[in-house]
Amino acid sequence: MAAIAEAHVHAADHAHHHEKESFVTKYVFSQDHKMISKQFLITAIFMAIVAMMLSVFFRLQLAWPGESFSILNYFLGDRWAPDGVLDRNMYLSLVTIHGTIMVFFVLTGGLSGTFSNLLIPLQIGARDMASGFLNMLSYWLFFISSIIMLSSLFVETGAAGGGWTIYPPLSALPQAMPSSGLGMTLWLVSMAIFIASSLLGSLNYIVTILNLRTKGMKMTRLPLTIWAFFITAVLGVLSFPVLFAAVLLLIMDRSMGTSFYLSDIYIGGEALDPVGGSPILYQHLFWFLGHPEVYIVLLPALGISSEIISTNSRKPIFGYRAMIGSILAIGFLSFIVWGHHMFMSGMNPFLGSVFVFTTLLIAIPSAVKAFNYITTLWKGNIIFTPGMLFSIGLVSTFVSGGLTGIILADSALDITLHDTYFVVAHFHIVMGLSAIFGMFAGIYHWFPKMFGRMMNSRMGYVHFWLTIVGGYGVFFPMHFVGMAGAPRRYYQYTDYPMFDGIADLNVVITYFAILAAAAQVIFLANFFYSIFRGQRAVQNPWKSNTLEWTTPVEHLHGNWPGALPEVHRWPYDYSKPGKELDYVPQTVPLDHDEEEH
Amino acid sequence: MMEKLFIVLIVVLAVVAVAQIIRLSKVSSVLSKKREEDFSPIANKVNSNLMIYFVVFMFAFLIWHMVAFDNVLLPVAASEHGVKVDNLLNFNWWIIFTVFFVVNFLLFFFARRYRYDPNRKAYYLAHNNTLELIWTIIPSIVLVVIIIWGLLTWIDITDEPGEDALVIELYAKQFDWTARYSGTDNTLGDVNFTLITAENPLGVITADGIEVKLKELDEEIEKAEMSIRNEVLPESRVKELEDRIGMRRRQKSKVLNYRDSGRDFQTAYDDVLVKGEMHIPVGKEVNFQIRARDVIHSAFMPHFRAQMNAVPGMNTQFTFTPTITTDSMRVIVEDANFNFILLCNKVCGSAHFNMQMDIIVDSEADYAKWIAEQKTFVQAEPVRAELKEKVEVEGTIAVN
Repeated sequence: MAAIAEAHVHAADHAHHHEKESFVTKYVFSQDHKMISKQFLITAIFMAIVAMMLSVFFRLQLAWPGESFSILNYFLGDRWAPDGVLDRNMYLSLVTIHGTIMVFFVLTGGLSGTFSNLLIPLQIGARDMASGFLNMLSYWLFFISSIIMLSSLFVETGAAGGGWTIYPPLSALPQAMPSSGLGMTLWLVSMAIFIASSLLGSLNYIVTILNLRTKGMKMTRLPLTIWAFFITAVLGVLSFPVLFAAVLLLIMDRSMGTSFYLSDIYIGGEALDPVGGSPILYQHLFWFLGHPEVYIVLLPALGISSEIISTNSRKPIFGYRAMIGSILAIGFLSFIVWGHHMFMSGMNPFLGSVFVFTTLLIAIPSAVKAFNYITTLWKGNIIFTPGMLFSIGLVSTFVSGGLTGIILADSALDITLHDTYFVVAHFHIVMGLSAIFGMFAGIYHWFPKMFGRMMNSRMGYVHFWLTIVGGYGVFFPMHFVGMAGAPRRYYQYTDYPMFDGIADLNVVITYFAILAAAAQVIFLANFFYSIFRGQRAVQNPWKSNTLEWTTPVEHLHGNWPGALPEVHRWPYDYSKPGKELDYVPQTVPLDHDEEEH
Repeated sequence: MMEKLFIVLIVVLAVVAVAQIIRLSKVSSVLSKKREEDFSPIANKVNSNLMIYFVVFMFAFLIWHMVAFDNVLLPVAASEHGVKVDNLLNFNWWIIFTVFFVVNFLLFFFARRYRYDPNRKAYYLAHNNTLELIWTIIPSIVLVVIIIWGLLTWIDITDEPGEDALVIELYAKQFDWTARYSGTDNTLGDVNFTLITAENPLGVITADGIEVKLKELDEEIEKAEMSIRNEVLPESRVKELEDRIGMRRRQKSKVLNYRDSGRDFQTAYDDVLVKGEMHIPVGKEVNFQIRARDVIHSAFMPHFRAQMNAVPGMNTQFTFTPTITTDSMRVIVEDANFNFILLCNKVCGSAHFNMQMDIIVDSEADYAKWIAEQKTFVQAEPVRAELKEKVEVEGTIAVN
């Protein structure tokens, strides 16, 4: 507590002068947004490594069902991989925890936590977040929930295994599967804490963006990153509490004998008491978060890529206002489309048709965004930094994955494809690859700002090309597996003659998955090496316009040594006619006869 | 153990190797006084060319899959609405492939075409409302077509089944399916989960089923009460037993309600329960009533383009008309062992991956022959056989 109190004093006097801080206040219970951002990033990278390894484990089983792999035995032990063969319950736990970690801990906590924290104060010209203390609390709650989620992997009955959506009654009844016991309890507790973390973070982002913009930083001069983080935070604040309610009701059903989600159940040789609940209720609550969650994951990545593509095309982002408009439209629509996850749930078909309509509308703002990216590249002067490569990759995966969404949004077509590998392929490309590409782009681009050093770009190139080949190599074939009718979350397909044909595809997918996973070793080595030994960064390495590049390389508590910078123009004045340089930072005043844009 | 060490060693070596390569490239760039943020014409050229190689690889990879794995995809739809679904899907594919190829090509092509040239300045183009309008309106028009066509198909599929549709229940539990045919009256008997016993796995309500269940409940309550009275038990165990007694009493009162309702539950007597393999007649509309006993399952019949979740506590349904018999389909797919199949498509526990039932589509005549051979619910159990006789003799059964 002393440490917290001390740090609070530091925040209060808004450090114009850089005081000596203790190790604890600087690196552990830091209230500085830059340090918290790094804490989020490192934690998320660790979680991502775990989740990626889990995926490789179950990919081995899917490609070579029932075969023995010593690596499985090595990591999972005799209990979960006796003789190196993956246990069928553990298979489900691996799938579940992979999904949970990737969606929530890496792409929600990791992505927003890292880049909203780093960039919001730096790009709007603020000394720190509105509340440094809440920000610190947000990270530590995230950390605790990460620990709990990881610890659930070591529970004797196994980690939660009902899929990352944990539909009751399967998740509500320990009789239904062993992993619905303590493993599921830990999952729920971890998620409740995670939601608290996410809410504290989001509220802070919103308040900071609305209140702490520096002089001249009108909403219409904000970089698109900030717009994306802003809408993301609003989505989080409006939707995560609903998941909290869903989780809380499930906890009550599990341990207090209520029946929100349970009715007419006969299991384990006896009829259970609960009557009158509805499993469908849970699905409505879950997906009311679950769909906005897709955009909570995606929008920050789109914001990051907008910024990087503009900077490295040396050209303004095309249609700045249209980009903001489409972010707003996507954000709004994301709240009225959740039912498209439930076409086959037994929900009234008429309600289904309403969701078909609203879901397909999202294609319009998405198309606008995609075309605007491409027009930004057109007649640009493109410099391929690793960040730029990942941003271009993001546009490709956003388009390729988004298109198959048109099929899944159509309830009539969803009948055949619902819960097959087609769905898995679709959301992994549009949400998984896109968001992780956005995250990589952000790391390469803002690494100099975070650590004051540069990452090795050649390693970055190799990392990108292997990752995109691996990514598409995994998920293109997966569409075919889905169109063969193969359901997801199956331990093996050998019991069905009709799935003999997909065996080869599954092998191809696994090879590419191993390639993609191996490529991440390059990234990890580059990342950690560069933190300590990378080449020292200059102040504005990418010749960028935004405010974060006007801060000194060495981190200051309070960001700018003197007065806060004043903003005079939008952030995308690249290659403006009549200017000598191909960039004009936001702090440069307009010439007396110059139009803003 | 050696293997474990070996794995760790490989991972460590890989990390070290990459770190060494970075160091090497750093040293070489220091020697040439090149800094990371400096523009490198060679790197830019290589990456921009790779853009083209990649997009070619990506298209080739996809097209190769379409050719090589065409035969693993689901065969032609074996139901009336399935053909419509496939037509709609193909229409969607045309649009999607067009956009996919054009947009991805433009993206990677522009990236290559407009790579950095120090003698050129990028074209300062901040916005253009005409362009924005074009790519708002064109997708909107295409989507209107997709939405209308899609909704018409959906409304058609989910339309109320006809009066004479064959009613079959699909009952899911961990980890198998039971099909219940509604018999000559084409009406399924009533069910309730409290009446489930080993002999009555679906909880079909019959007068004798009620008696059997009441007896079972009474025995259980009595046994628990005996334990509390006669045994020395820890308090927690006593509490547990008391809870159980309360639960069974509540269930008993529910069962008594059925007994006292004055209904005869006769629609259940001619129901037919089958497992492992079910038959349906070709060309006849089949209305599947779908239920689950324990957790959510999903009745997935991919060849018929049919799917619907089975949800505990509620009834769901799906109706389709099979158009191809199993025999004809075997000819079409050139596989003498082909069978239509019912799968579980909602994760339901450890054996979820093997929860299946074969579906045989018969000609009308074959189906009539098959169903006549099946034992009805009442015939299947000796206890109920007496009941059956009684029914046949008296024409009705007295309740109470």
